[in-house]
Amino acid sequence: MSILQILAIFLIFAGAFFISVGSIGLIRLPDFYSRCHATGKADTLGLLLVISGFIFYEGIISLHSAKLLIILIFVGLTSPTATHALARAAFSFGIKPRFVDRETKSKKEKKGRTK
Amino acid sequence: MHSFFTLMAVYLTIIIFVPLYRVLTGPRLMDRMLGAGAIGTKTMVLILLIGYMFDRIDMFIDITLAYAVLNFIGVIAIAKYVERIARKKK
Repeated sequence: MSILQILAIFLIFAGAFFISVGSIGLIRLPDFYSRCHATGKADTLGLLLVISGFIFYEGIISLHSAKLLIILIFVGLTSPTATHALARAAFSFGIKPRFVDRETKSKKEKKGRTK
Repeated sequence: MHSFFTLMAVYLTIIIFVPLYRVLTGPRLMDRMLGAGAIGTKTMVLILLIGYMFDRIDMFIDITLAYAVLNFIGVIAIAKYVERIARKKK
């Protein structure tokens, strides 16, 4: 049980924690746009932690950890982008955010214009 | 170490059912897409863990990379499709 393996175990546990937090957030959060937080951020962080845990488990200088690093960078870039694309599509599709702050809401009602 | 990876794989399989609930009951299409995207990322970790359980890691790392690309392209395709429908509706 070298230090790298202990660090790997700790990172994988942390990653699993954030993955479960992300999936619980997917259920508990009330609105579509707040659910985007759960998948865009919490899941990606959990994934990055788990993959970095595997990199340490493999030993930092080896072919496998190089491929894992590629996966890590790829997921770090694309997972939030995918969630952003979904949110943009949902907004143009007409899904209204549920919590509009009172200040802009009252102005709209006075003018009687529904965006 | 081996049993630790097996334990984590079992735990992740249980966690995958949570977004599945969101996919089944999601009020609208886009919530279902979020659930599907979340399942995709969890499956990637699951594939890596299974790779470590079978001790044939170099094969499974390539599968995970391919799966990451596929998951991303799938979500982007659905997003573009929904945007085209929204533009047609206006």
